[in-house]
Amino acid sequence: MSASVLFDAPGPRARRRHAALAAVGLVVALGILVLVVLKMKAANQLGADLWKPFVTDRAVWRDYLVPGLLGTFKAAAISIVLAGVFGVLFGVGRLSSVTALRWFCGVVVEFFRAVPVLLMMIFAYFGLYARGTFFSAETAPLAAVVTGLTLYNGSVIAELVRSGVFSLPKGQSEAGLSVGLTRSQVMRSIQLPQALTAMLPALIGQFVVILKDSALGYQVTYLELLNWSKTLGSAFANTVPAYLVAALLFIVINYVLTVLASRVQRRLSRRGRAVVGGGGPVTGTTPEQSTLGGDGIVTTDATNT
Amino acid sequence: MGDILGSYDVLGAFWLTIRLAFFGALGALVLGTVVAVMRVSPVAVLRLLGTSYVNIFRNVPLTLMMVLSVLGITYIMGLPLSQDVQQNAIRWAIVVLAVYHAAFVCEALRSGVNTVPAGQAEAARSVGLTFGQSMVNVILPQAFRGSIAPLGSVLIALIKNTTVAAVIGTSDAAGLMQEVIENETGSFSVFAIFAIGFVILTLPLGLLFTSLSRRLAVKR
Repeated sequence: MSASVLFDAPGPRARRRHAALAAVGLVVALGILVLVVLKMKAANQLGADLWKPFVTDRAVWRDYLVPGLLGTFKAAAISIVLAGVFGVLFGVGRLSSVTALRWFCGVVVEFFRAVPVLLMMIFAYFGLYARGTFFSAETAPLAAVVTGLTLYNGSVIAELVRSGVFSLPKGQSEAGLSVGLTRSQVMRSIQLPQALTAMLPALIGQFVVILKDSALGYQVTYLELLNWSKTLGSAFANTVPAYLVAALLFIVINYVLTVLASRVQRRLSRRGRAVVGGGGPVTGTTPEQSTLGGDGIVTTDATNT
Repeated sequence: MGDILGSYDVLGAFWLTIRLAFFGALGALVLGTVVAVMRVSPVAVLRLLGTSYVNIFRNVPLTLMMVLSVLGITYIMGLPLSQDVQQNAIRWAIVVLAVYHAAFVCEALRSGVNTVPAGQAEAARSVGLTFGQSMVNVILPQAFRGSIAPLGSVLIALIKNTTVAAVIGTSDAAGLMQEVIENETGSFSVFAIFAIGFVILTLPLGLLFTSLSRRLAVKR
């Protein structure tokens, strides 16, 4: 089965070599796993009393993990909506024919893309909201998290909007102008709708970034999943298991979202639509490349926490 | 503004940020290259291991890994990397940064491999090169040049992500900014000092990588 263009179908010697390499890989991976398990065992982290509450005690989920997930989703949902609005406004602003507006939007977008999200959150919380009276003590942490996530991800989405509009064929705007639409009408009714459809996979990918970044709320005392699992860890004296379960929840949610994003992307490209933020020409170096884990969904900066 | 620069070691904090970024990037590059080679290798088991690595570490919040490394691994499991609290936090931060960003380095390298046309690999095979030979002599040289731009974004993200080390108490730029705000004032000038520091660190790098990727792009 030589589905890859990188190598031939293996002959007998290659098959032996591959089997040996596979064995080495397995041994190394299992070795790391065994080492982790032994260390956890030595530190008494594998005791049934530490892990059982996740299955037997409803309070673990009802009072800790579900509120944590809700906190994470609340911050992420508000942020994605606000970031979308911010992104469309500034993305269109960067395409404006007014030079001053174009420059202003460009500087704002580049600035917020260059500054770490955590820095914005810390300043928004400790510098502004916790001191001021505008937000109550309960909502100030949420406001700080949403501020940081919106400014950063809004800037990323602004870049997506811009590249989405750029990626459209020139004939689209020319056709609009030639039937007598104004520039803003062309933008609103021809370019933006197509650009937003093309952005959909990248936008879902951005939601993964927002979900992960919401964990930064830990530092500004926002009660999201990470913070709740810390509380859970102290309440049940099972800190390490609590963090590991939280990590697993994050992995599952984000993995599902990435798979969804790659589905949407494939669907769009099957229908012959342009896709923004896709991974360029896919030459299919390995057979699983286009099917696993939303590959090719490269948002402009998906690398953030 | 002058007060803050005078009474707090802002430059020292950014020096720590740079050190975290340098060693984190070094580790991420080495680890990421290994994972990337595993993901395109002919051995199915290695491909699976590489894919699992990427899917696990790409989807976990960096904050969670940082907190786990100190509150979980250092204190509860008793595995400090240094007896000094601050040093231990810094070393674990470097390890966590490297492990986390290796997944993204792997994806950047793989997207570089994707820029190499299939005909190149087919031509290499048809003249009788083995997988190793065609990788070393044909695919990887082109792939590295094609992955400069995505590797640049990973490096810039890594520099910004060093701030997350502040959650485990390192006195890097973000940690120091929080200290200044809590002790002194919440004025915009404090934020401006630290924000501009990051703009200075990341903006030239972005320009450099963009021009490098243009200059070194394989003409096709």
